[in-house]
Amino acid sequence: MLKGKVHKYGANVDTDAIIPACYLSISEPAELAKHSMEAIDKDFVKKVKRGDIIMATTNFGCGSSREHAPLAIKAAGISCIIAKSFARIFFRNSINIGLPLLECAEAVDKTKAGDTLEVDLAKGKIKNLTRKKEFKANPYPDFMAALVSAGGLVEYTKKRLVRRKA
Amino acid sequence: MTLAEKIMAAHANKKRVKPGDFINVRVDLVMANDITAPIAIKEFQRIGVKRVFDRNKVVMVPDHFVPNKDVASAEQAKLMREFALKQKIVYFEVGQMGIEHVLLPEQGLVLPGDLVIGADSHTCTYGALGAFATGMGSTDIAAAMATGDIWMKVPPTMKLIYHGTPGEWVSGKDLILYTIGQIGVDGALYSAMEFTGEAIDALSMDSRFTMANMAIEAGAKAGLFRVDNKTQLYVKPKAQRSYLVYEPDDDAEYSKVIEYDISAIEPQVTLPHSPANARPVSQAGNVEIDQVVIGSCTNGRIEDLRIAAHILKGKSVHPGVRCIVIPGSQQVYLDALAEGLLETFIRAGAVVSTPTCGPCLGGHMGVLADGERCISTTNRNFVGRMGSPKSEVYLANPAVAAASAVMGKIASPNELS
Repeated sequence: MLKGKVHKYGANVDTDAIIPACYLSISEPAELAKHSMEAIDKDFVKKVKRGDIIMATTNFGCGSSREHAPLAIKAAGISCIIAKSFARIFFRNSINIGLPLLECAEAVDKTKAGDTLEVDLAKGKIKNLTRKKEFKANPYPDFMAALVSAGGLVEYTKKRLVRRKA
Repeated sequence: MTLAEKIMAAHANKKRVKPGDFINVRVDLVMANDITAPIAIKEFQRIGVKRVFDRNKVVMVPDHFVPNKDVASAEQAKLMREFALKQKIVYFEVGQMGIEHVLLPEQGLVLPGDLVIGADSHTCTYGALGAFATGMGSTDIAAAMATGDIWMKVPPTMKLIYHGTPGEWVSGKDLILYTIGQIGVDGALYSAMEFTGEAIDALSMDSRFTMANMAIEAGAKAGLFRVDNKTQLYVKPKAQRSYLVYEPDDDAEYSKVIEYDISAIEPQVTLPHSPANARPVSQAGNVEIDQVVIGSCTNGRIEDLRIAAHILKGKSVHPGVRCIVIPGSQQVYLDALAEGLLETFIRAGAVVSTPTCGPCLGGHMGVLADGERCISTTNRNFVGRMGSPKSEVYLANPAVAAASAVMGKIASPNELS
């Protein structure tokens, strides 16, 4: 069960907003985290607490393929991102590195910045504790669920390679 | 099946695939650059295999922050170089390298019918060759380097049909900026775009690369063109292996079909801070500029430099403007030299850089300060893309960018005397 305060953004938050390219000569997540979201929310790093949740409307994470974007957000302490939709490379990258994403338009519409949410990832349940409302996110397709439960793509690939040898 | 579905099915050893299917596809080429390779190499090592699946099918190109801009980027390039040499994969050192998406087609490394993944979002550029090519992150690339395959969800395909004859100074760049202006930055989210119609048939290969390159800016997974005689003429002298040409079926199912008559379209200018803010150049307003960038994986090919040089010939860059020209590869650089284009640029007061992604992503070679404005032939104008979060980037084709360099403000080539 995840629990945290909501940091809310609009549509088309791009990867240059999440982590500007001038920091891409860094690949250490904790260092990247210091600059996460700074192009559009320079106080984010000061405000964010471990377990907090990012919420956004459509096409979150559009733009570059930089895995530094979900790495920075995750290392900043964000426990999950809830949006109406995600850009596809960002979606893959987040699942691959173990940053959970949920798609739920209703939760986004009915939640305000600063609200406290409780998220049950396994059941896809989102509870807004501030407003005493509950929402159901779109479930992962079976294949993605297997990838998530394996612990991300590296672990999943390790298992595949073992099976291939057997 | 659509063109995308045909290529995906063939690489999954399946007779049929449909949108939404999760499949495992064999990859013909896996690519990473100096920004994405370091993380991919670390994850590859975590997977625990000693060798990449096929050293001829893994390519690494240092292009984003090279020649190295600082110690940190030098360390990243070094890590990649050492991995590449140890694994004996395909690697292009400074002196041979170019911007990856200009370089790989030029070297014949991507061919029609291929399935290519790259740790760079503009990997979709190779769709111009009738290949299925898509960008992924570093961990996906690590997994594919280890196994030679990768999971994919089959995307729905949108068909975009372009009718008519392009007007003066209108190129592939304008068609794609116009299209993104119409459908939005998530207008093709998760979809494959199939570009077709008589206006597409008439486009040069360089213009097709430009269009496919920006499919990602509409949220697309890939942007594909059918192989025709122009593609064959481009590919044949470069190919060092056989390739297959796939055609969409007559009864292929498309999620959407959009038709445009492009005869009346003007050159486009896309305003900050979204690639969807396209306007006809005549409606861009009175916008003074500080910098012009002509280059990138979008518009750093020889045709682009020819157009820019044609406009700048005998003219001078406006005194208030820095004009930076970046050939996309060593070959483009040499061709531009042989054709006298470089002299034209230099005499006009522009600078000519070695190939690099450089300023496009605010890396180096032309980063913007607070309040500065640039018109650029690149692909993104997000907040802070080229430097300061208080700077602005306008996107345009090379003709408009060059004309603007002379005028000191955003201008159509027709405004030059």
